[in-house]
Amino acid sequence: MEPTEEDKLLNEVTGKSYEFGFTTDIDSDTIAPGLNEDVIREISAKKSEPEWLLEWRLNAFKVWSEMEEPEWAHLEYPKPDLQAISYYSAPKKKKEIASLDEVDPELIKTMEKLGISLEEQKRLSGVAVDFVMDSVSVATSFKDKLAELGIIFCSLSEAVQEHPELVKNYIGTVVPQRDNYYAALNSAVFTDGSFCYIPKGVRCPMELSTYFRINEAGTGQFERTLLVADEGSYVSYLEGCTAPQRDENQLHAAVVEIVSLDDAEVKYSTVQNWYPGDEEGQGGVYNFVTKRGICHKRSKISWTQVETGSAVTWKYPSCILKGDDSIGEFFSVAVTNNMQQADTGTKMIHLGKRTRSTIISKGISAGKSQNSYRGLVKIHPGATNARNFSVCDSLLMSDTCGAHTFPYIEASNPTAQIEHEATTSKIGEDQIFYCQQRGIDEEEAIGLIVKGYAKDVLNKLPMEFAVEAQKLLTISLEGSVG
Amino acid sequence: MLKIKNLHAKAGETEILRGLNLEVGPGEVHAIMGPNGSGKSTLASVLSGREAYEVTDGFVDFDGVDLLDMDASDRAREGLFLAFQYPVEIPGVSNMNFMKAAVNGNRAHAGLDPIKGTDFLQKVKECASLVELDGRLRDRSVNEGFSGGEKKRNEIFQMAMLQPKLAVLDETDSGLDIDALRVVSQGVNAMRSSDRSFIVITHYQRLLDYIVPDFVHVLSGGKIVKTGGKELALELETKGYDWI
Repeated sequence: MEPTEEDKLLNEVTGKSYEFGFTTDIDSDTIAPGLNEDVIREISAKKSEPEWLLEWRLNAFKVWSEMEEPEWAHLEYPKPDLQAISYYSAPKKKKEIASLDEVDPELIKTMEKLGISLEEQKRLSGVAVDFVMDSVSVATSFKDKLAELGIIFCSLSEAVQEHPELVKNYIGTVVPQRDNYYAALNSAVFTDGSFCYIPKGVRCPMELSTYFRINEAGTGQFERTLLVADEGSYVSYLEGCTAPQRDENQLHAAVVEIVSLDDAEVKYSTVQNWYPGDEEGQGGVYNFVTKRGICHKRSKISWTQVETGSAVTWKYPSCILKGDDSIGEFFSVAVTNNMQQADTGTKMIHLGKRTRSTIISKGISAGKSQNSYRGLVKIHPGATNARNFSVCDSLLMSDTCGAHTFPYIEASNPTAQIEHEATTSKIGEDQIFYCQQRGIDEEEAIGLIVKGYAKDVLNKLPMEFAVEAQKLLTISLEGSVG
Repeated sequence: MLKIKNLHAKAGETEILRGLNLEVGPGEVHAIMGPNGSGKSTLASVLSGREAYEVTDGFVDFDGVDLLDMDASDRAREGLFLAFQYPVEIPGVSNMNFMKAAVNGNRAHAGLDPIKGTDFLQKVKECASLVELDGRLRDRSVNEGFSGGEKKRNEIFQMAMLQPKLAVLDETDSGLDIDALRVVSQGVNAMRSSDRSFIVITHYQRLLDYIVPDFVHVLSGGKIVKTGGKELALELETKGYDWI
């Protein structure tokens, strides 16, 4: 049989190899593989941590040791051998870094390849970037400007040293150690991450941005981010990442905690493009992330994510709407291709009165991938007049991929209003042909249609991120543009 | 402009076009009529390069190039336009972004730089007024929530934007009330010129009162069985197809 339009499309889509698969050659300081109490003590010692944090880690390790890896997700993968992973890897410090000029030229090169050179970011978009290479932050910019406003934006390790009271006060309050298997693991072994504190009434004047990158072969990444928006403050936080191509699976088990105090607003945007493995599903990053925020009175948290990477993704950015009149939002585009598997969605836990949540999830599946939306909307008895609106759409690019929707709704208050819409559609050959008949080539047509489909989510991203997100969608699905 | 020789095409295992011959000269308007299932829309699809149809024999020369050798977008860029019978909706893609991508796709093919924003908007304004397409429709997603008449007007608007050498109108009159028919026809007539040709596929003579053809062909069983002037359409209207 002649190859059909779809076969060709499929080939193009699946024939795209990972563009950001390169490794930076940087001298690293790595702990021998394995996990036990001594390793945790060593991590803590290397980071000169206070006693309370070591105790906290050891407690988490104890909790984790008694837990089992969860199996309820619609995912199939060999369980990572957690004893074969090295739990600490830091680029060796040559000297103290006072300015960007002193940053390792290899790092600068990496950033340039990614199109995110700090210099350019600083000059063009006014974004303060905290660049995380493996586990230790090596460059932080705009700190002085933020400091004038009392905003703290630094690595978590630095925050532990400089602002221990803040860290101690909030760490583990949104995602408790025993929340889940990987959150417990992260609590025991996290090496670094970002910390952000916005003081009362302060509106952060720029987008805060962190780029994650997994770099050391065989190194698990256990980032931990803590973001505290004090009363009446506002911040928009961007997280984006790409990873070098690897043959073995790499585990990433991050924890992100957001505390949004009374009348505060937090926008948290993610563009995620970790190595998804090759066409047979070899290699690729395992991304088991716990992201959660808590909203106090009249506060708001918006999660926006564009996910195109990882071999296996297990991720549910969630909101606990504790305060009356608080708002939670979740906007997501998740693309899976080849053998990728994603089980992602959100949880909206309504506790306060008149709490509102919105969920817009757009899944795009291609190749032989499996893309699942799993969401929970839970209205507690006290949440009088709570409202939720959910839209879960799936777009299929091939006959061999799968899209699944698992929406859970638990309403324990009769005044709750919950709306749920879901659609599944196949990318229309008619739509592609219509574009072609107007002189738009096939690849561009697919790009146009997919971007149109994801528009409701892409529109929620900050301008400087929207461009990168569109680029990622294009790279993931079009075949040659990029 | 267009020379179709002995064209055979099938959809799946069914042969639909069975040795179709047609020549269309520059500036000419050809109407193609015929009973249901005679292959009218298949002809439009085959000419524009829809992959669901397989050409098994024949040759199509389009202004000196081998039409069947090109993919659908290149045929469009060479100046072949199809006004769809059922224009599709593309949610989330604004009519303007779509049109810009189309115009620039055509320009790139002709070795031109992308169109300037101001020039584009000026052109949009001119072409939209041709078919009384209001601003509201221009800013909406492609055909999404458009009425039948609005969709057809949008087709003619796109045709005006792209200035094709040959336009194939596939049952453009279907689903149109008399006012919309008048507007659409005026748009088409305004675009008639000595170097632009039209193939008008229709069931009804009514459209040909507005868009007066130079030739009328009757398609039956996958080939053209009768050709005449515009009066042939009137004859078909009264007598039906059985007498041919």
